[in-house]
Amino acid sequence: MTEMVYGSVPTRDGEPILPRWWRTIDKWSISCVLILFGIGLLLGLAASPPLAERNGFGAFHYVERQVAFGMMAMVTMFALTLMSPQTIRRLGVLGFAAAFVALLLLPVFGTDYGKGATRWFSLGFGSVQPSEFLKPGFIIVAGWMIAASNEVAGPPGKTWSFAIALFIALLLALQPDFGQACLVLFGWGVMYFVGGAPFFVLAGILGLTLLGGAVAYQNSEHFARRIDGFLSAEVDPTTQLGYAANAIREGGFLGVGVGEGTVKWSLPDAHTDFIIAVAAEEYGLILVLVIIALYMTIVLRSLFRLMRERDPFIRLAGTGLACTFAVQAMINMSVAVRLLPAKGMTLPFVSYGGSSVIASGILIGMLLALTRVRPQGEIRDYLIRSGR
Amino acid sequence: MTRTPLRPLARILAARKEGENPDAIERENLARRHEAARDGQRERAEGRLLVLGVVFLCAFFMVALKMTALAASDPAEPRAAASGAQIVATRADITDRNGRILATNLTTHSLYAQPPQMIEPVRAARALARIFPDLDEERLIRQFTGERKFIWIKRRISPEQQQAVFDIGEPGLLFGPREMRLYPNGKVASHVLGGAGFGREGVSSAEVVGVAGVEKAMDDVLRDPGRGDVPLALSLDLTVQAAVERVLEGGMRLMNAKGAAAVLMDVHTGEIVSLASLPDFDPNDRPRPLTSGDPGDSPLFNRAVQGVYELGSTYKIFAAAQGIEERLVSRSTVIDTRGPLTWGRHKIRDFRNYGSELSVEDIIVKSSNIGTARIAMMIGTERQQDFLGQLGLLEAAPIELIEATGARPLLPPNWSEISTMTISYGHGISASPLHLATAYASLLNGGRKVTPTILRQDAPTLGPRVVSEDTSRQAREMLRAVVTRGTASFGEVPGYRVGGKTGTADKPRPQGGYYEDKVIATFATVFPADDPRYVLVVTLDEPVETSGTEPRRTAGWTAVPVAAEVIRRAAPLLGLAPAVEPPALTGVTLARSD
Repeated sequence: MTEMVYGSVPTRDGEPILPRWWRTIDKWSISCVLILFGIGLLLGLAASPPLAERNGFGAFHYVERQVAFGMMAMVTMFALTLMSPQTIRRLGVLGFAAAFVALLLLPVFGTDYGKGATRWFSLGFGSVQPSEFLKPGFIIVAGWMIAASNEVAGPPGKTWSFAIALFIALLLALQPDFGQACLVLFGWGVMYFVGGAPFFVLAGILGLTLLGGAVAYQNSEHFARRIDGFLSAEVDPTTQLGYAANAIREGGFLGVGVGEGTVKWSLPDAHTDFIIAVAAEEYGLILVLVIIALYMTIVLRSLFRLMRERDPFIRLAGTGLACTFAVQAMINMSVAVRLLPAKGMTLPFVSYGGSSVIASGILIGMLLALTRVRPQGEIRDYLIRSGR
Repeated sequence: MTRTPLRPLARILAARKEGENPDAIERENLARRHEAARDGQRERAEGRLLVLGVVFLCAFFMVALKMTALAASDPAEPRAAASGAQIVATRADITDRNGRILATNLTTHSLYAQPPQMIEPVRAARALARIFPDLDEERLIRQFTGERKFIWIKRRISPEQQQAVFDIGEPGLLFGPREMRLYPNGKVASHVLGGAGFGREGVSSAEVVGVAGVEKAMDDVLRDPGRGDVPLALSLDLTVQAAVERVLEGGMRLMNAKGAAAVLMDVHTGEIVSLASLPDFDPNDRPRPLTSGDPGDSPLFNRAVQGVYELGSTYKIFAAAQGIEERLVSRSTVIDTRGPLTWGRHKIRDFRNYGSELSVEDIIVKSSNIGTARIAMMIGTERQQDFLGQLGLLEAAPIELIEATGARPLLPPNWSEISTMTISYGHGISASPLHLATAYASLLNGGRKVTPTILRQDAPTLGPRVVSEDTSRQAREMLRAVVTRGTASFGEVPGYRVGGKTGTADKPRPQGGYYEDKVIATFATVFPADDPRYVLVVTLDEPVETSGTEPRRTAGWTAVPVAAEVIRRAAPLLGLAPAVEPPALTGVTLARSD
């Protein structure tokens, strides 16, 4: 009777959303991301006051902005982790289309902030770097295409995605932003590798990358200067690299103390590209190792979970996202210790920058959505195999 | 793995027989094949993902290792190229030749107000007016309550005043550090040191710049931050300087002179051991330059360096020495001194009539103008100019005092024969006492030119030869004779064998011509005459000696006794022991053996 009068109690098929999210999400990785963001704010408190002072703002102007952007990034990330892989794929493709158009329009409407590179759209409240948003979208699209090409009688997705990757890399190289161009090519390469590339093709790609680097070195002054600075054996202590290396040395194992660092006063990019030097100087090697461990945890756990994934798209896209994230972090830190030549690449979640942190939020949100635990049909597999 | 055909004929035929759709078999086989392909891909992907994971692990470890290696190494500071060079921001100290401080720095404070930060401007203004009586209370109140954001109140305040301002407790009254120059010896060596003042001034610091004397001439050196904390050592000797100033001041009073100057120079190095000019001043509190009257009467005027005077008969020794050097005369050559010597419409007279003829030595001893003029005529204009030029008497003295550059000797515009004759006895040419001391040192030290300097030298400077050793020795002997039996008999200081030459020149009137009763009395001496060490020039401006029945103005009565007293006091301080005279052989008979 009750049901007839009041209508039936709505039944759910399956678990409620949040408990299922909590059960299936990679809790370690998401904790690492939150800790990294916290460290980023902590370092921002140290690294950004000189810049704020130069630009005539209050001491913690940039930290406040970073908190605002970070909140947006965290919300985006949580929203994305709630979505199904299919929704992620759809959003990724749409996002890729939007970012791609934005990248194409950059030479027309973009702004050069006096660093010799047109990478930003200047909006009223801040600036947007479309290449940051392009990366996650591109990886989703490329993963989708490569996965489709692996189906019997599938489309030639590998060729298509490679063409897109090349075109994007070309656009980025023209900005010039060789770091992001390499990153895009690398992301595609990783997916191609996991998606079943023959070894001779891999060797060919390696050769082509070296050749492309050589050509860029010959033809671009911007690029050549950075490479030259790296190849010279002795670090000029008055260059950015010299200051960064010296800051790490000054810091030693335990750091010179909170707020006692000096490198942030001499490096113009202390709050973005060289944030790790600020961390090393003020908090010492300990914090740097913690940061490295956090990145490593996220990447290795994601790769481990993706190994068990049966859906080719999820596997490929997840691999691309995780590796791009890891490589970006690694390149940033390698530059500070002179393992790699100087590149304008941010440390995800830690460096200051609205575009950077929101794009990282999108990327990690997608990755975490793809690495959620879901039924892989292992039992069926087992039953069929054993039944045959 | 054996490849299963999509439509295996046996199963198709069997299915047809059963009436089933054979396409289902094809679909099933196709699905199987897909599954197999996916399984293969998955296995391959698993392996490759593992490889990726290991690669990333290694890469992260490499970054961590490199970071550790870097953190464990010692920091290399970006250093300036010159390592070990200490950089000192303050002005260098000035010391005398023995390291005693002549000028140093003291940190004081300036006082300024920022009215926007003030809590009780009126009370602060009242309290300030009480601490600094020279401040106007009403004006301060007006300033503190007005629109201005920043007001200088005092340039320099003492620590006691600073404490008193602190005690007002007003947060809008602020202090800026002010490094100031301190001359701990007060007036001693005031003309050499000159003084310092503030250059560009900011709130938190002010530039200290030299305004006169060695402070200005050596300003760049004193301000050089790369100098470290090495003080600038002058050639002055503080004790000698103090003694010279003291004696000179007493002498100036006794002789009723309005000014006096003394230069004591090392004959071999040209170092100025003492340089005094009276009246003097306190460099800690430099008086303002005179706005009216003769700037030469200002206490700031350095008579020894800036004062160019006709130095009179002191020049005679140059003519005599040049005559001997050129082998035109010898010390015993007899010269006609019948006066007056008429040349054109000029007549040259002597102070007294010294007879019809004198030897060259006696011309110096008795100071005969006529005799000197005749020697000068033998030398000729060109050679005289050349010789005086070699002695440095025709150029500004190259000494490290800013005043010296403006003190060029006054020369006759047309150096005619009569000029040659008057210049030989020191008239018609003007130079500073410093010039005279330099010329005497060059002539008497054995004949090597010296360059006057106020900075301590570590080795004797041997300049080009001016006259031969022998000429130099003869000149010293003639000067010694001036003291033993000539015009400078008051100059004898037992044990120090003083030699010297007096000079009394009438002061020129500004309107032209000469004063009858105003003279510049100079005594230029060398001691000890047989082994020259120092040259002393004492100049008195308008001295009158009134102990006799008539006022006496000649140098022999005025400058000479003062110079003798200076030597008596200074020589022991310079480390010169008096020569012991052999005891008189009274009551002893020398026995000869043969």
